[in-house]
Amino acid sequence: MTVEREQDVVPFRNRVKEQATKIRMGLVNQTKLITAASELVRNMLRYGGGGRVIIEVVSKGRDNGIRLSFKDEGPGITDINMALKDGFSTGKSLGLGLPGAKRLVNEFNIKSETGKGTEVMIIKWANG
Amino acid sequence: MGQFLLVTIQVDLYDRLAIDLEADLVKMVSKTGARGILIDISAVSIVDSFMGRIIGNIGVMSKLLDAETVVVGMQPAVAITLVELGLPLKGVFTALNVEKGMDLLASKIQTTDEDDADTHDDDNSYNLPE
Repeated sequence: MTVEREQDVVPFRNRVKEQATKIRMGLVNQTKLITAASELVRNMLRYGGGGRVIIEVVSKGRDNGIRLSFKDEGPGITDINMALKDGFSTGKSLGLGLPGAKRLVNEFNIKSETGKGTEVMIIKWANG
Repeated sequence: MGQFLLVTIQVDLYDRLAIDLEADLVKMVSKTGARGILIDISAVSIVDSFMGRIIGNIGVMSKLLDAETVVVGMQPAVAITLVELGLPLKGVFTALNVEKGMDLLASKIQTTDEDDADTHDDDNSYNLPE
């Protein structure tokens, strides 16, 4: 789905919740996933000027999970290692978004190219 | 509720609403001279770093206006997530439910008033009364 405005955030979170409920993800993991998704979507809006998110159900063995892929065509991140550090922010935030989101999910992958945009992929397993 | 402001957040707030809430609350504290704010977040299922910052801001701002802030009713899953996220939630006190939150506010305000009256406070612990 497309996320271009701040008003899209809550409906987006609801969509993630729907899918997570469908695969019977527990409440704590759901909360972690949605919180991480919320941080990432906020980053995408603030720094990337909005973008697209793909919500997918994935499975590994007997475990199901939710994969979220965020893609924007913003300015990109110059130094990903710095951006993943707690307390680092180029905006006026707490600098918890990326590192916090990474801690909340099972798999976290970020690709960014200056001038082209940023892609973030996360997976949270239902029993992870 | 006399000198306290009670706020119940019923839905997951849009950013704009959260910012409005922050401004409205601080204005209300100034207007009513309230000594405490109690925010019930029992219906809030997601507290991300933005929402956390708003809550922290309310605490710090109201403190500048001589009011204490207590957040009550946090869902267990939210507490777990906040810690992993690394959000300190500074500037606010927390209590399990509205009743305990009101007790906490009452005791805090008493303590500050006593502190103002004289300075021999060796019992400065801010614990909840059982």
